Amino acid sequence: MPQVVFTSALARHVECPAEEVPGVTVREVLDAYFARHERARAYVLDEQGVLRHHVVVFVDGVQVKDRARLEESVPARAEVYVMQALSGG
Amino acid sequence: MVRDGTWWNVERVSFLGQNVSLALHDTRDGATYACLSLGHFGVKLHKSLDGGATWEELAAPAFPKKPDDLVETLPDGRPWPWRVESIWSLEPGGEPGELWAGTIGGGLFRSRDAGASWRLVRTLWDNPMRKEWSGGGADLPGIHSVLVDPRDAHTVRIGISCGGMWQSDDGGETWRVSAKGMFAAYMPPQRAYEENIQDPHRIVQCKGRPDRLWTQHHNGVFRSDDGGKNWTSIDNVKPAVFGWAVAVHPGEPDTAWLVPAVKDETRVPVDARVVVARTRDAGKTWDVLTKGLPQNGAYDIVYRHALDVDGTGVHLAMGSTTGSLWTSDNGGDSWTCVSNHLPPIYAVRFA
Repeated sequence: MPQVVFTSALARHVECPAEEVPGVTVREVLDAYFARHERARAYVLDEQGVLRHHVVVFVDGVQVKDRARLEESVPARAEVYVMQALSGG
Repeated sequence: MVRDGTWWNVERVSFLGQNVSLALHDTRDGATYACLSLGHFGVKLHKSLDGGATWEELAAPAFPKKPDDLVETLPDGRPWPWRVESIWSLEPGGEPGELWAGTIGGGLFRSRDAGASWRLVRTLWDNPMRKEWSGGGADLPGIHSVLVDPRDAHTVRIGISCGGMWQSDDGGETWRVSAKGMFAAYMPPQRAYEENIQDPHRIVQCKGRPDRLWTQHHNGVFRSDDGGKNWTSIDNVKPAVFGWAVAVHPGEPDTAWLVPAVKDETRVPVDARVVVARTRDAGKTWDVLTKGLPQNGAYDIVYRHALDVDGTGVHLAMGSTTGSLWTSDNGGDSWTCVSNHLPPIYAVRFA
């Protein structure tokens, strides 16, 4: 299963331990994670389900570009990193 | 801050290093609310029942999912996302546990359970005139003032940058714009008096005489004597009519305070002197109050929520963009500096 890892900057605000979750797209993986850690959802996605303006996601080091639909595929053993974008300072 | 004799001391620091857009102490139940705008991670709302010693995160106001086939644009043609960018006003309502929150994003939200859950006020959001609003100092329009009428909490007025003032007399069921007499120097002449494009920076209401409202607007100062139906331009404010903040005495409707700056294209104090303009005769004349305030090389700006007057009308406090905090115990005649070294101050409120 893919593993989701969050920037340590987020851990200050909300519990978000690295965990393996099922899913074959970024959306599925994040949804599976937030099903377990519901409070973390609003820190990463806005109320429309879109990646927050200054949040970036990498799948095995490749930056996600489909920020609204999050339909990019995630390999079975991928590492999904959720980071803060430096555009946000 | 807690008062110790004539001095104010920092009693407690919460959310250090984070952007707190606003705070509210609700005297009805003793709850304190802090609205956060985290640079990366969105808008959050926290509540404390012990004066800030411990905080609990609540669900922040958020829009419902926008229908996929709905295309919404701002007046300039750019998309209008349904997204709360910042909580820009937070006020107790008339019912126990009722709170109103205005946001940058343009949504007005209401809670009936002391902030545990929020609902978008659809009656205002779905009004077609809402799409004529535009951003003032932000990409999206924002509701910075919510005035719950002390005579009847079903009457609610809100101030919008840029959307004038809107009013409901039935607890939010129906709304109408109410900014007649305001004018916009930033619009072409034929549209200058349109009510729905006005940019009030802040609107305040006299508690003891609620038909008296004061507005610090983007290009002027306006006063209403009839609950906001009509607005009169007050063009003799010294040293300037530009600014963000306004406060009105809770019992004396003719007494109001402003913190002027040069003008919109030069957002610094006039002559680099921090001053407070005060009228006691409804705007006929203005005193320029300087005692205790820096009169040389000062570039402090006081934003719309950073000037407050307490329930007696005697004590004032204001905070600046450069981290200065001043208080007055005599209606502004003289000021005491609490600190010049705080982080930028966005809002000041008496608890």
